[in-house]
Amino acid sequence: MSSDYQPGDSFFLVQLQHGLEREQLKRAWHDIRAGWSRHELWVTLAIQDVRQRYRRSKLGPFWITLSMAIMVLALGVLYGQIFGQELKDYLPFLAAGFVVWNLIASLINEGCQAFILAEGMIRQLNAPLSIYVYRILASASIALFHNIWVYLAVAFWFGVKLDWVLLWVVPALLIILINGFWAALFFGVLSARFRDVPLIIGSLMQLLFFITPVIWKPEMLPGRALWLQLNPFHHLVEIMRAPLLGQLPGLANWLFVILITLGGLALAALFYSAYRWRIAYWI
Amino acid sequence: MASVVLENVWVSFPIYSAATRSLKNRLIQSATGGQIRADTVSQRIPVVQALQDVNLALKEGDRLGLIGHNGAGKTTLLRVLAGIYEPNSGRVATEGRVVPLFDITLGMNLESTGYENIILRGLFLGLKRKEIRARMDEIAEFTELGEFLNLPIRTYSAGMQMRLAFAVSTSVIPDILLLDEGIGVGDAAFLNKARARLERFTEQIPIIVLSSHSEDLVRSMCPNSLLMEHGRIVFVGPTDEALAHYRALRGW
Repeated sequence: MSSDYQPGDSFFLVQLQHGLEREQLKRAWHDIRAGWSRHELWVTLAIQDVRQRYRRSKLGPFWITLSMAIMVLALGVLYGQIFGQELKDYLPFLAAGFVVWNLIASLINEGCQAFILAEGMIRQLNAPLSIYVYRILASASIALFHNIWVYLAVAFWFGVKLDWVLLWVVPALLIILINGFWAALFFGVLSARFRDVPLIIGSLMQLLFFITPVIWKPEMLPGRALWLQLNPFHHLVEIMRAPLLGQLPGLANWLFVILITLGGLALAALFYSAYRWRIAYWI
Repeated sequence: MASVVLENVWVSFPIYSAATRSLKNRLIQSATGGQIRADTVSQRIPVVQALQDVNLALKEGDRLGLIGHNGAGKTTLLRVLAGIYEPNSGRVATEGRVVPLFDITLGMNLESTGYENIILRGLFLGLKRKEIRARMDEIAEFTELGEFLNLPIRTYSAGMQMRLAFAVSTSVIPDILLLDEGIGVGDAAFLNKARARLERFTEQIPIIVLSSHSEDLVRSMCPNSLLMEHGRIVFVGPTDEALAHYRALRGW
């Protein structure tokens, strides 16, 4: 941007133009790498986040586990009857799906708040901004680590056959976290500027929970609707839920997920490069 | 080698209203061509020019005071130096580890214990966990907070929080230190101790920039000062002359 800039010019365009300069792309990349190398910092932030939420309770973070267990049991028994499903089959399916959904939803919902909640720190301390995104990934992973026991207990109880297929959970978790990374980067920046974004995303995620096969099975849908295949969350959930249930994940699911990962990363990289330098002004 | 160079730095702040903070409004606005709701959702977001064409070069051994009345751009300049605000145009080049010491209790986690906050702040300063543990006893001792360090810092008084933040922040020697306002650090006894530590601390720092309204503080720490007015540098030079200019500006 040149210095003949006049206040009152279309600020939006001026910002975007400046943000898309080559120099900004380099800085964004540096921010993301430098942020990663501060892992001690963002892991500590994440642990303190989780601990703090449950500090004044006896159970501590195991509230996460307990509330997940209650949710799964209540929904499982109710919807198992509504759908006329055998509990032996349905409860593990629901528990696995719910645990995975919880991870995805908290990545996106908390991702929106990544920079907003870090306002004080961002304005006082000069750390790479990406640490606040990594912090979200870390705290969602901690929550997953508490939730997964609910699934394991259910699986054990109903004798779900778990073998080497379970190893597919690892790449699935990794790619879900990578998707959480770009989503938090993208929506985090957007939310810093537009404060109604977290609300919009929150209601959207609620809707998506019902139209994504988590409490219902894809087979229950007559004629395998096309929009089910077009729902990225269906594939995201499926790549991790299938191996949890001892089934091989579908190739189509994985291909679709890889596609949205690449697309999302490209989008977020461009967006972060363009607007990263504005975040401190926005919050 | 620590150094700071600012060339033709411009910084402007958009002033957002509740309406311009809404994506929904923004989308409606673009759908209606900005005609119907033009009064409430203005296309033009008002902009404040916080820094205008600022040029500055600091080298090792420099201690620069920033003076000017509220809103003159001192804090913004410090944040640009810290790399928190990136300018709209112009160039900022800093070499060396920059540590901002602004409102030092901000960015602390009120629900976490004193010890946890020491670790957190240390990590923000770029220390490793191991290095912080090595300094923990010294920091804890300096704060004189004793058993309180095991309690969440929301139970601390403002002065106690300040002690904690001060003790951690001064446990690392940065290359470039940015100080905002007088750091009041609790009661008189602690103040003397803090002053001694601050002196020992500041002696070893290559570059210091201090923003303050206290003429005595600026005079005692900084041989040179920079006077700001409406986001511009009005004067750079010996602190006494800068203060004289400042008084003249304010019509004293």
